[in-house]
Amino acid sequence: MATTIQPPEIEQTETPLDGGKSGGGGLPGSGPMDPKLRAVDDPSPEPSRTGIWVGLAAITMSFAAFTSALVVRQSTANDWRHLRIPSIVFVNTLVLLASGATLEVARRRVAAFVRSKVGRRSVPLFWLWATLLLGLVFVAGQYGAWFELRAQGLYLATNPNSSFFYVLTAMHALHVLGGLGGLARVIYKLSTPVLTLRRSTMDATSYYWHFMGILWLYLLWVVWMKL
Amino acid sequence: MSDGPAHAVQHHTPPTGFIRKYVFSLDHKVIGLQYYGLALVAVFIGMALSWLMRIHLVWPNAPIPGLQLLSKTGAPGGVMTPEYYLSLLTMHGTLMVFFVLTNAPFAAFGNYFLPIQIGAEDMAFPRFNMMSFWTTFLAFCILVLAFFVPDGPPIAGWTAYAPLSAVGSDAGPGEGLGQTLWGLSIFVFCIASLLGSLNFIATTLDLRTKGMTLSRMPISTWAWFITSCISLLAFAVLLPACLLLILDRLAGTSFFIPAGLVVSDHLQPHSGGSPLLWQHLFWFFGHPEVYIAILPAMGIVSHVLINSMRRPLLSHKVIIYCMMGIGFLSYMVWGHHMFVSGMNPFSSLVFSFPTLMITIPATIMTLIWMGSLYGSKLRITAASLFALGFLSMFVSGGVSGFFLAQPSIDIYLHATYFVVGHFHMVMGVAAIFGVFAGTYFWFPKMTGHMMNQSLGRLHFWLTFIGTYCIFMPFHYLGLAGNVRRYSAFVDDFLVPLIPVHRFITIAALLTGAAQLIFLYNLIHSRFRGAPAPANPWECTSLEWTMPSPPPFDNFGGKHPVVYHDPYQYGVKSSTGDYLMQDSPEQAGA
Repeated sequence: MATTIQPPEIEQTETPLDGGKSGGGGLPGSGPMDPKLRAVDDPSPEPSRTGIWVGLAAITMSFAAFTSALVVRQSTANDWRHLRIPSIVFVNTLVLLASGATLEVARRRVAAFVRSKVGRRSVPLFWLWATLLLGLVFVAGQYGAWFELRAQGLYLATNPNSSFFYVLTAMHALHVLGGLGGLARVIYKLSTPVLTLRRSTMDATSYYWHFMGILWLYLLWVVWMKL
Repeated sequence: MSDGPAHAVQHHTPPTGFIRKYVFSLDHKVIGLQYYGLALVAVFIGMALSWLMRIHLVWPNAPIPGLQLLSKTGAPGGVMTPEYYLSLLTMHGTLMVFFVLTNAPFAAFGNYFLPIQIGAEDMAFPRFNMMSFWTTFLAFCILVLAFFVPDGPPIAGWTAYAPLSAVGSDAGPGEGLGQTLWGLSIFVFCIASLLGSLNFIATTLDLRTKGMTLSRMPISTWAWFITSCISLLAFAVLLPACLLLILDRLAGTSFFIPAGLVVSDHLQPHSGGSPLLWQHLFWFFGHPEVYIAILPAMGIVSHVLINSMRRPLLSHKVIIYCMMGIGFLSYMVWGHHMFVSGMNPFSSLVFSFPTLMITIPATIMTLIWMGSLYGSKLRITAASLFALGFLSMFVSGGVSGFFLAQPSIDIYLHATYFVVGHFHMVMGVAAIFGVFAGTYFWFPKMTGHMMNQSLGRLHFWLTFIGTYCIFMPFHYLGLAGNVRRYSAFVDDFLVPLIPVHRFITIAALLTGAAQLIFLYNLIHSRFRGAPAPANPWECTSLEWTMPSPPPFDNFGGKHPVVYHDPYQYGVKSSTGDYLMQDSPEQAGA
């Protein structure tokens, strides 16, 4: 990620992103203002704010492709055997949803801390660590779900439904691990003696994380549904 | 992005060591050149493969000296086996489509010039940028490795149709480890392309300098931006497809392999998979990929033509809307690659309609280019010649698309050389002409040296005439029923066509040899070319406001302010007949 070491004082410039127009492009046809003014009031958006949505669009597309493959595969042949979703998966789902809640608390605390410098870092850090831990529990739990399936004799190649279950959970878990990497980075940047965390980094990480939660609910529905 | 201390002007400081400066560089310009270099290596390998194939087609029993060194089993005594012909065909297609047509016009020029044309000092995410190049390089190495594994490269074609690409070595030589390497290479390539596209989109949206509104972006920047949107969504679909293919091959799953399939007398231990599913997923990527290759070329050619005509196009906006329209429609037409694959005939009709529709924006663009050229005093340079050559190829290759878009005609033509002629002209050669135009145009900026114009013109005429000699007869061959993918023509109805093939082969060898002129010009000019001034073509966009080659941070730590639309030509100003985008001067009538 192209992050620069920036003092957090500039955070106030982030709020109004000139009505959605990016790049400080100004209004079409209007002459550019005095370049000196830009230092004060040109709120260039952080690329990570755009980048995260672009990245999520690509991830959505990938899982849409998986879904269409699943739908086609389920309807083309009669060898599809519905598997019983391992019960641990539902516990994992709750854990992931809880991690979304803890992250949201963390995000608000970080925002408040960065904006006003009141309070201690340890408060947002606590919630971030809690999220990280819950995320790890989720991934471990998914691994446990695989064990449950194996105990039932359902392996990757046993049945198309089990194939898709393993593929989708593995791909989702990989993305979650990526999110955990992002969280670790946020924690690191919040812990350094000179605060290097930008709100945009925190926001991008939390959008990603919430997206992983929504994606998981969707995937659960996809592997459960019977066409 | 501002001059104040609050916003860091530079994403990174100038590197000092060799590794950071030239190898693992974060500088978008170095990364652009790395992409260009990789594409150059790939295009010469790909071209050499096409030579080998062309020679074998017309002299099937003649040994090719040295070929046995490449593969003892594939070419015993220098005469290639039919299977090895298919291996070369696969590698030629894969190298050209992924590592040349995706890399050169989009990743190479886009990386180098998109940030500069919008007034940024680098890409939005320089580290992602570096990663995307080195991931591409890794993909290239994995693919080339397939030449050196025991049973050689895969034979399934660049489209890797399942189930033969999925069942393993039963499907023939190269379908073992070679095909797995192919799948892995494309999987890795997808990751690289996704990272690159993300970077392009974020850069264009977020890093435009003051005054650089979307409507003031040069057409080339627009083309790279639209291409990156297409690429993001297309490669995101190929990635899962490759994963499922690899799992079918290595983990015994049955996504693409049907039940009861017997290959090489072996019952395949799979059940219920759908071979058509692979084709759907592949072509959902594959058709947008065509536009990933051609749209940047359209952008480059527009940029070069406008500069050479010294006047803007008839409509700046319509060209951009047409490119968007093409990008949007490109997702709705994939089924036209599958008219003979056994789809429901009704689906064929459904896919035929948007396929014909896509010709509308393409035609509008062509008319705008032609109409703008009409009556203009064109400055003839190697770049503008190649831009004209692009138009010619685009029209000639595009017209055969009208025929292929209709299922009833396509059923006859699909497996013939007609299709080979069509896509080579419209996707291959046209895009490559765009790359040549871009190279002759931007070489002075990229290296600080002028290219030799006389050699450039010679290169153009030889290439232009040569490619027509190669690819026009393909259409005739296709109409005569000449099937493609055969390694030799021994059937009665094909034998009379062999002289045409011989003509094509000779044309291909000569046209290929003409590319050595380009290579010589490229290398010689890099070291011995006349020093390039900052703005040798009197161009208006931001890349020409800086010295050649540009300094590390592009604009010297400052940020340009943009006052004009990108193409202020044919005006009265203190500089002549043009106004730079960052010039505060108002144009006279």
